[in-house]
Amino acid sequence: MAREIHGMVEKRGAGLWLNHVFMILGVLVIFFPIWLAFVASTVTQSEIIRPPMPVWPGDQFLTNYRNALFSGVNVPVATMLFNSLVMAIGIAVGKIVISLLSAFAIVYFRFPGRNVFFWLIFLTLMLPVEVRIVPTFEVVAGFGMLNSYQGLILPLIASATATFLFRQFFLTIPDELAEAARVDGARPMRFFWDIVVPMSRTNVAALFVILFIYGWNQYLWPLLITTDPEMNTIVMGIKQMFPSGDDFAHWPTIMATSILAMIPPVIVVVSMQRLFIRGLVDSEK
Amino acid sequence: MEKRVTFKGWMLPLLLIAPQVLVSAVFFFYPAGQAIWQSLFIPDPFGLSSQYVGLGNFEFLLTDKFYRASFVTTAVFSILVTLCSMIPALFLAVLADRLIKGSGVYRTMLIWPYAVAPAVAGVLWLFMFNTRVGVISWYLGQLGYDWNHVLNGGEAMGLVVVASAWGRISYNFLFFFAALQAVPRSVIEAAAIDGARFWRRFFTIVLPLLSPTTFFLLVVNVVYAFFETFGVIHTITGGGPQQSTTILVYKVFSDGFVGQDLGSSSAQSVILLIVVGLLTVVQFKVIEKRVHY
Repeated sequence: MAREIHGMVEKRGAGLWLNHVFMILGVLVIFFPIWLAFVASTVTQSEIIRPPMPVWPGDQFLTNYRNALFSGVNVPVATMLFNSLVMAIGIAVGKIVISLLSAFAIVYFRFPGRNVFFWLIFLTLMLPVEVRIVPTFEVVAGFGMLNSYQGLILPLIASATATFLFRQFFLTIPDELAEAARVDGARPMRFFWDIVVPMSRTNVAALFVILFIYGWNQYLWPLLITTDPEMNTIVMGIKQMFPSGDDFAHWPTIMATSILAMIPPVIVVVSMQRLFIRGLVDSEK
Repeated sequence: MEKRVTFKGWMLPLLLIAPQVLVSAVFFFYPAGQAIWQSLFIPDPFGLSSQYVGLGNFEFLLTDKFYRASFVTTAVFSILVTLCSMIPALFLAVLADRLIKGSGVYRTMLIWPYAVAPAVAGVLWLFMFNTRVGVISWYLGQLGYDWNHVLNGGEAMGLVVVASAWGRISYNFLFFFAALQAVPRSVIEAAAIDGARFWRRFFTIVLPLLSPTTFFLLVVNVVYAFFETFGVIHTITGGGPQQSTTILVYKVFSDGFVGQDLGSSSAQSVILLIVVGLLTVVQFKVIEKRVHY
């Protein structure tokens, strides 16, 4: 009986195959743009500008990628990759460090102005950088931070999501641990390093995945403040590779760059899938 | 919720909180304040002085037909992006949920587009629909349909919607899939014994049980369409043709940086600020519901 009911709910036989067929179709449709970009990055320009382009990879893989990485259009793509890496890691690490510290202060101390600070930080949750671009640009220009890593990183770590996450987590750490540390005469920072930080490991890792992708995929901000091609990040640099006039864009180089731009975040997401999903669910709570 | 056990002292916590407060003050509160302040002025064309106009910038915006059009464009765009990313995601999640084996493999494959930056997604879709070399536009041409998103506003809108929704399907899929896995099997089996077929079970039992997730995703996707699709629009259409894809965030950028109209751009920022505020309130209400559910 149980088996029969089971059979009514879970698909078997022909229905199961149909299910797989639909699923595979869905995956193929969703994958198609990436596949086409990959194919375009392995053929010659002349194969692309005489449509329709081939749907199977050609033999120009090494040529196109070498060309993109070491000469590029305005600047070698290797330089842009490096800039993106610095920016993404800077944002992820910077945000995690300042948030761990401030969440620790808010949860484990009673100090004057605590509530005011808490609400001030809370307010920053509400305003994405897109909304305050002009004045933020002026501030960064005033500090002489245009075309610098600080200019790329600092304005984007001014948001409180991570602080809230850590606060929620710290509140679940048993009071006995802090009590024991106090009885043992441990100083607060010792408790922070020996107990709080090790216990937050998984949260830190999950957050790192989310923030790395957030930083890597930034577009508008680097577009505004990196006027020097040497400081371009890869995601914003692709658009700069298109010619302004009526010329044909050099599609094999552009598509090789697009593939290179998605490899690091895809590796992070796929290899740390479990942490990524956890981070996603946590940061939306 | 508060800790009962705390440490003494006030110097240390102030030091600990200082980096975040400093960064927020310099790169958040000061610029946000500037935006509000500048929205009350009209700078002269040389940027040497500016004249106080009170709410003049706002009055002008609310009667400006381009700004109103941009509001409508944004509404249409966000609704379409939300629908085009949620419906396929739900369909795929239902399929994956019915599989006993192999759903992990599909999930890994479907996560990919999430990692692709909106701006890169824009370039990929632009490539497929490019009027001169695009594969899909070429095949459409063979079928007798002349695709040209550079001139046709409706086609431009369609293209930016699809390119924006594409990466979002992954995100929505993950949330729907998790929610489907959490639906108690016993409820569904009971309905099956009563003779309800799959689609009937889906619409009368599963879908209502998913509603907290659906509401949550609705809000999150609208926020995404409002603020995070700049890269898609900038790479594919640049807001054109004839401003047919100029959403509000794009207009803040094009009026402020390209048009150098700081007063208007700041006023637009302030209006967006209010919109974000409202959306955040809705989001928190929705999430509260989700927690109680």
